[in-house]
Amino acid sequence: MSDRIREKLNILADAAKYDVSCSSSGGTRKNDNKGIGDSHSSGICHTYTEDGRCVSLLKILLTNHCIYDCLFCVSRKSNDIKRAAFTVDEVVDLTMNFYRRNYIEGLFLSSGIFKNADFTMERLLLVCKKLRLEQRYNGYIHLKTIPGASEELIKEAGLYADRMSINLEMPTEAGLKLLAPEKNHADVIKPLDFIQQNIVQFAADKKLIKHVPKFVPAGQSTQMVIGATPESDKDIMYTANAFYKNFALKRVYYSGYVPISNDSRMPVLGTQPPLLRENRLYQTDWLMRFYGFKVQEILNDANPNLDVDIDPKLSWAIRNMQHFPVDINKADYKMILRIPGIGVMSAKKIVQARKFGKLRIDQLKKIGVAYNRAKHFITCADSPYQLRDYQGTQIKAFIMAESQSKYLKTDNNQLILF
Amino acid sequence: MIYIFDGSLTGLLTAVFEWFERKPGPTTLKVNTIFQPEAFTETVEIMSNQEKADRVWKGLQKKLKKDWQRTFYCSYLSEIPEAYDHLFQFAIYIFENEPGAAANYGNNHVIALAKYAKSVEREKHRMEAFIRFQKTGDGMFYTSIDPDFNVLPLISNHFKNRYADQQWIIYDLKRKYGLHYDLNTVEEVTINFSESATNPNPPLALMDEKEALYALLWKDYFKSANIVARKNTKLHLQHVPRRYWKYLTEKQLA
Repeated sequence: MSDRIREKLNILADAAKYDVSCSSSGGTRKNDNKGIGDSHSSGICHTYTEDGRCVSLLKILLTNHCIYDCLFCVSRKSNDIKRAAFTVDEVVDLTMNFYRRNYIEGLFLSSGIFKNADFTMERLLLVCKKLRLEQRYNGYIHLKTIPGASEELIKEAGLYADRMSINLEMPTEAGLKLLAPEKNHADVIKPLDFIQQNIVQFAADKKLIKHVPKFVPAGQSTQMVIGATPESDKDIMYTANAFYKNFALKRVYYSGYVPISNDSRMPVLGTQPPLLRENRLYQTDWLMRFYGFKVQEILNDANPNLDVDIDPKLSWAIRNMQHFPVDINKADYKMILRIPGIGVMSAKKIVQARKFGKLRIDQLKKIGVAYNRAKHFITCADSPYQLRDYQGTQIKAFIMAESQSKYLKTDNNQLILF
Repeated sequence: MIYIFDGSLTGLLTAVFEWFERKPGPTTLKVNTIFQPEAFTETVEIMSNQEKADRVWKGLQKKLKKDWQRTFYCSYLSEIPEAYDHLFQFAIYIFENEPGAAANYGNNHVIALAKYAKSVEREKHRMEAFIRFQKTGDGMFYTSIDPDFNVLPLISNHFKNRYADQQWIIYDLKRKYGLHYDLNTVEEVTINFSESATNPNPPLALMDEKEALYALLWKDYFKSANIVARKNTKLHLQHVPRRYWKYLTEKQLA
């Protein structure tokens, strides 16, 4: 008995791991029924795998049987792998016992499509209902929306899940058609839109009526596979931007493609996953969501791809030296946020602290500013007087010379002649 | 002038009271356990006094917003000797200035407290993440920890709210006290580990019959969730420093 459940868990956790979302934030469920589980608003990562990714949720597929044959997916129909399926009770039992031992924040449940979309969605819904109603479980549930499932099922699932997600898979329709001819973006957009409308509706009802049930309180997210098809960074981020705008997504995830197929349309087996590119895309994503950048400022026709050697914030700054240097003691918060080497926390501290007197270099360092980077772009109370203005390219060279990339193993600094 | 106190929060707050009572000029606060007498500086021993401490705390509550009250308390829980002096100086600074003075990140004591509190909050968060309960034969969920800072007072509510329908014990081996939740309230407990002083983990025989199975399943899961092609040991260690591995079921070999 225990051997069989071990095998199932191995197969179905292994198949689920390419879904990168493991966030457990945004939950609002409180343990008010003397049951088990209480959300933590910012989420908790309970451990980290050896690849450095957080493990917050028990992330499993209900089954890896699938009627689709998407080339980028490890569970595709034509792939010769071991198949397995959990029963509803097995998932409930695993979730409860892991949760009680403080191993996890909750459950991330996805599934291959067996028989049809509704049949699959019904099973997922059943797991959620058992957890919430029978086990009085208030922990986190991240549920995959199954494309093509009926609106009734999706709406009911939204009453029990904290977050729902559905993956775009490829950043452009053309890329998707190439690798998964049976799928299209419209199948993803429809349920995303449907759930978003319901979230808005429930929120509106809540203003009028006191007791409205929760509906997907932690919002929706999606994921794109990066590097399997030849899209530019601009294509990817413009798609992400549109989805943030149109569906008020909480997150878009970028998953560097890990080769799992020897089909000639995809990167060959053994190719390193594009970790650096993935990192730069996430940096851009953060600039859009927390730093007030418009995606068009970072990526446009003149710059369709992100710099590899420097991060997008620094890259923007050296392309736009006309905005610098910024006076730390006078500039508004929005501009301070755009200075390389200053993050959200430091920027907030700066605008609070400068009310008490002009800030000096040593104070900026203590506040947490990466001064060696920021010094090229700021002036403060005791900034040394500078005779000449440096060009953006020169500043880039200065910064590159004294910093070490965690990705580039070989030092490829060129000599600066002028 | 040097003030010496007993290391308690009451003592620290009393010291602030005494300072305003006498205004002896620049004063350093030191804890009696590590105090070394100095030849040319006068020392005064502070007698902890609950009434005086309460008055100081009330005063601080009027001057500080909730988040800074918590920063103050967290810094105290760091148990770092230098933190006590910063807390003392910070309190004096706050009382001598208008409300809102805590936002002055240019001030040494403000920034020091912000740092101590950040470390303590991080340790608190790590305990919420890394604690692993083991279910004993009588249905109790047990764990022992030895955190860098005294975070039990900070995590108590989190575990009480989350695990409302199961009895649990979290024991701090370093500070020799623990929390026990009996399905109604959380109480401080001390356990006498006289017999198994070297191994405070309950022996396997006392465990719930399924404990070993779920621990095994969790280890399996941890292995399966890893993507070998993305191996990144540096990042892994950054998130889970080695000193926490002893807590983690998934990091145990056997």
